Amino acid sequence: MAKATVKSGGSGKKSLKRKAAMPEPQEAAVAGDGATEGGVQPPKATAFPPGFSISEIKNKQRRHLMFTRWKQQQRKEKLTAKKKLKKEREALGDKAPPKPVPKTIDNQRVYDETTVDPNDEERTVRLCQQLSTVIPNSHVYYRRGLALKKIIPQCISRDFTDLIVINEDRKTPNGLILSHLPNGPTAHFKMSSVRLRKEIKRRGKDPTEHVPEIILNNFTTRLGHSIGRMFASLFPHNPQFIGRQVATFHNQRDYIFFRFHRYIFKSEKKVGIQELGPRFTLKLRSLQKGTFDSKYGEYEWVHKPREMDTSRRKFHL
Amino acid sequence: MTHTERRKCEKLASGSAMAAALARRNHVWVGTETGILKGVDLQRKHAANFTTTGKPQREAAVSALCWGAGGETHILVGCMDRTVRCFSTEEGAFQGQRRCPGGEGAFRGLAQAGGMLITCVDSGVLRVWCGDDKEAPSDPLLELRVGPGVCRMRQDPARPHVVATGGKENALKVWDLQGSKEPLFRAKNVRNDWLDLRVPIWDQDIHFIPGSQKLITCTGYHQVRVYDPASPQRRPVLETTYGEYPLTAMSLTPGGNSIIVGNTHGQLAEIDFRQGRLLGCLKGLAGSVRGLQCHPSKPLLASCGLDRVLRIHRIRNPRGLEHKVYLKSRLNCLLLSGRENWEDELEEPQKPSEEPPEDSDVDELWASLEAAANGKLPRSDQTLRAPGAQKRNKCPRAGGLCVPSPQ
Repeated sequence: MAKATVKSGGSGKKSLKRKAAMPEPQEAAVAGDGATEGGVQPPKATAFPPGFSISEIKNKQRRHLMFTRWKQQQRKEKLTAKKKLKKEREALGDKAPPKPVPKTIDNQRVYDETTVDPNDEERTVRLCQQLSTVIPNSHVYYRRGLALKKIIPQCISRDFTDLIVINEDRKTPNGLILSHLPNGPTAHFKMSSVRLRKEIKRRGKDPTEHVPEIILNNFTTRLGHSIGRMFASLFPHNPQFIGRQVATFHNQRDYIFFRFHRYIFKSEKKVGIQELGPRFTLKLRSLQKGTFDSKYGEYEWVHKPREMDTSRRKFHL
Repeated sequence: MTHTERRKCEKLASGSAMAAALARRNHVWVGTETGILKGVDLQRKHAANFTTTGKPQREAAVSALCWGAGGETHILVGCMDRTVRCFSTEEGAFQGQRRCPGGEGAFRGLAQAGGMLITCVDSGVLRVWCGDDKEAPSDPLLELRVGPGVCRMRQDPARPHVVATGGKENALKVWDLQGSKEPLFRAKNVRNDWLDLRVPIWDQDIHFIPGSQKLITCTGYHQVRVYDPASPQRRPVLETTYGEYPLTAMSLTPGGNSIIVGNTHGQLAEIDFRQGRLLGCLKGLAGSVRGLQCHPSKPLLASCGLDRVLRIHRIRNPRGLEHKVYLKSRLNCLLLSGRENWEDELEEPQKPSEEPPEDSDVDELWASLEAAANGKLPRSDQTLRAPGAQKRNKCPRAGGLCVPSPQ
């Protein structure tokens, strides 16, 4: 009886209390038997008949009362359980088991087989994006099959200085067209040996926004000088030495190797380098005088394999 | 007068004399995109630069070359800034220039006819100027509107008052400058192709076939066509194609049956225009062909292009490359000397006779300036000339070094 009064004191409905006073002790007793409560629970619940649920009470107000009482009880139990866990965690310190991840609807999402895997993106697209981080002030656009001759006047009107088109064959990049825009020369290269950032071993972190320095190695002939100048014109002419980044175009036996490094001076004489960024190899196929026009353009130099590659010791760049 | 100034004077005096002697011997004259006229001596493998200002300029890029009046003694050089300069091969220097305004664009054709200068520019303005180029720019004697987009104007070597013009969307027309303002012959476009589409026109080079009235053109759509004004048919009499790239230059071979064409990929081919078949190709060029000329009697072909190299090929027995000269700028047009003797045998006996005049020139120069150094000069000059032909080329530079120090 004393417990019943405590409970009704919690609910605060005195009139109901008197009415419900009679059946309450019975229900409370049943609840005490039927309900599964923790050991810390104060022995306040009275027993209910087994198989009884609050929703079977026909009286709406009494049902509501029982429900709120039950809710409060649950809340108290939850709080005590949390406190207990927290004490245990603090007691264990570092060895506590990891917190369980709460289940959300989003987490429990059913697997949809058409989801796009971000690792699945094409190599050419990745290469374009990585190149745009290497070359400052550059933007990546998708070509979607547009004719280059129509793209070029638009680029000129938007004040771009160079246009690079990366050609791919079966998802791997294999060609590069570099066109210097206000009616400058256009070079067409064959690209091979492309390594994206993920595939480079022992690499440093991603390159920063600093303007890199440029190294052009071994461009000796007149043609070589023209190509070297074209590469140099891609980058701004004010390298930021704070960034300690350097892009290298090295010509050897008519193959141009592109690398992107970060250097650090360990001491007066010793330098350490980390390779960042993509690497690839280019071979010049043709140099056109104007902007890209493969049918009617005038070529300054065309690679003719049967005529030019007759001697193993003759190189053109 | 200081020592260095005297050295410079001597250099100039001997240099001009040397240059004159060298210039006469040059076999090929090439005009470049930087405005320099280069004379190439194939016997000695030597190339000399000639400019008016001494500095290369892109605004004065040479776009047309032709021989001046009176044999091959003068060259008329048409530049991008609309001036026509006269260069003398005897003197080895530019003698005068005249402005030829009117129309826009570069010179597409330059010709000399009976002391008068004929010019045609890109926008289609064909003008005939009075021959005296010492005057201030005068009004043209005759002006014709040929149509826009002209790519070439060629003069008939047999009839100097007849010229032919053609270009991009500008059909071939033959004009008589002494006759009416209407063209003598206006070509008609070929029939529509198999898709019933109009075939575009782009005449890049025109030649008159000697011995008849026929003309031959090569187009930017890789076609070679023969026209006959004498026949009632205004369409081409013969048409063939070569390659997939625009044909930029053409030249007639000495045999009279074939032509040699070059395209933007550097491919040279000999095509027989009577039968319309390909006779053979010439290898070696890497860039677009800009200028081609065959020698009138010898089987030699000079070619120049954007790959900055002048090549001389032998056309028949055997077909191959004879000479190759690297000239550092992009080459626009060339003139091949048509003289028979390419060797210097006739020149050699003249050498001793040339020396005294140069000697006397130099002596006069010094006599007018200073009497003191007169005695030493002839000796120093003779030591320079004694060694051999090679040394002569380097004289203008070495001349100053051999002058003994002043007393």
